[in-house]
Amino acid sequence: MEELTLTGELLQYLITGLTVGSIYAMVAVGFSIIYNVTEVINFAQGEFVMLGGLAMVSFHTAAGLPLIIAFPATVLLVTLVGILLDRLAIRPIKQPSVLTLIIATLAFSFLLKGAAMLIWGKDPFDLPALSGRNPIQFFGAVIQPQYFWVMGFLVLVAISLTIFFGKTILGKAMSACADNPDAASLVGINVKLMFSLSFALSASIGAIAGIIVTPITFMEYDRGAELAIKAFGAAMLGGLGSFPGAIIGGLILGSIESFGSGLISSAYKDAFALIVILGVLFFKPSGLLGNVEISKMKRF
Amino acid sequence: MLHIRKRAIAIFFVIIIGFPWIAEHIPAITHYPDVMVFAGIYSLITIGLSLLLGYTGQISLCQAAFYGIGAYVSGILTARYGLNSWLCMAIGMIFSGLVALLVGPASLKLRGHYLAMATMAFGIIVSVILNQEVDLTGGPDGMTGIPMLSLFGFEFDTTEKYYYLVWAFVFAAFIFSVNVVQSGTGRALRAIHSSEAAASAMGINVLRFKVIVFIYGAMLASLAGSLFAHYLNFVNPSTFDVSFSIKLIIMITLGGMYELWGAIIGAGLITFLSYEWLHFFEEFEIVVYGAILLLVTIFLPKGLVGIPGIIKRWFRS
Repeated sequence: MEELTLTGELLQYLITGLTVGSIYAMVAVGFSIIYNVTEVINFAQGEFVMLGGLAMVSFHTAAGLPLIIAFPATVLLVTLVGILLDRLAIRPIKQPSVLTLIIATLAFSFLLKGAAMLIWGKDPFDLPALSGRNPIQFFGAVIQPQYFWVMGFLVLVAISLTIFFGKTILGKAMSACADNPDAASLVGINVKLMFSLSFALSASIGAIAGIIVTPITFMEYDRGAELAIKAFGAAMLGGLGSFPGAIIGGLILGSIESFGSGLISSAYKDAFALIVILGVLFFKPSGLLGNVEISKMKRF
Repeated sequence: MLHIRKRAIAIFFVIIIGFPWIAEHIPAITHYPDVMVFAGIYSLITIGLSLLLGYTGQISLCQAAFYGIGAYVSGILTARYGLNSWLCMAIGMIFSGLVALLVGPASLKLRGHYLAMATMAFGIIVSVILNQEVDLTGGPDGMTGIPMLSLFGFEFDTTEKYYYLVWAFVFAAFIFSVNVVQSGTGRALRAIHSSEAAASAMGINVLRFKVIVFIYGAMLASLAGSLFAHYLNFVNPSTFDVSFSIKLIIMITLGGMYELWGAIIGAGLITFLSYEWLHFFEEFEIVVYGAILLLVTIFLPKGLVGIPGIIKRWFRS
């Protein structure tokens, strides 16, 4: 009996970790999309998640729109914010460098955070879970149905992106910009449009992540920065710019946090993941699945 | 950019010395010397950051961590063990320097985003430790009972005395840094900024110079931390989290990171904005920071110190 509860406990940590990790993974994928196409690290990525959660609260709970309308409306709204980020903060910069771009996205994230505080205030908001809150007992672990939705959406996002970048003309055009923007524009690809599109795409993924995580963790105006830092770490862990890397990095990061806080010390929950990231950066800077060449090329 | 502006430094020196006297006579700003103490403390950190980020081109998102290490080394050793404050200040600087020596070489091999992530991770880890080691640091509630500074019986017990102490340190750091920038070391740093490959082809030990600047910045931040702790007689960990590291980046971006003057101007402006002028906006001051930061990055890539150059070019054409 004792052993069964231990496995139950470990299973609980694993499932919680993978759920949190799925959110990190989705944000990290958003990082990778923008980074691949534009070489910008978008520190406002976490704000998309926050906006997704809070906009859904307004549309679904406050305005009473049915899920089927509120969901796409939220994603659309946040996508527009993503395009605005590109237009207002990234494109006007005359001499872009890694540093100015980081600062520009940081500045935009401050604006979004302030706007969110103005609109929704400082209280955390809840959303109804997609299929109720009756926990499922599973080998001694207690699982919220919403956890499956989170992991399910990660799988859905991963599959859709694989198809989008592998099979569609638009996706291939975006990948071409990632490889070589000059060559891409020579073959008639509108590079600027692709840049906007990459922001739109990752904003929409962030919005989805926000909508599905809110029933588990609630959402308030200042959650973006923490998510952005964690997901940036996840993207680094897996190898910046690699989609499978971002997903694996996110899942690993979530699991480390969950196991670390459960088994060692919950006080140091935030430190465990970062120590692992530091270790990876120091000993294998390209990340677990990353390309060494790429990590050496980037500079200020 | 490189000639010593002796006249500018002298004028600045006089203004700083005269400021408390002027402030005393203008009712609305009598408390400004108090704000200037903080501006001075932040200037110490931004001067180091300007050398690291503006001149050498290496981002650091962990200056707040060294600032915190300085504050806590001073706080713990003086309040708990009753050691001499100046000795503790020196111990803090040496300790921060050693930590920087430990973290620096591995971090500074990384570039761009990777360096940003590594330094940010280190900064967060330090801030978690400050929050969680309650027996040592007092945890999130902070620690009290840090004594005032005194030197041979002379107590730095008024705002005015502390003002002169802090700004004396700022001047020393500024003049030392100006000299560094103009020396061979400064040329090596700028060479690293333009091209690491070219710099190392010229025989510059790139990593060594980066680590030296990193250590220098860490020690200045630690000094600032000690001064902060002795001024408030109280420290708590939220002062030293990553958002402060980002605020430091805002300071030098606003002032202009490619000149040491920018470090002081940016630190001063942001300090006055957040302590005085943005009270009206209360919690929405973050929106103002966002707007300032965005406008400066887009329209003034060299910060406020770049304005004279823009005006000159405008008149010529």
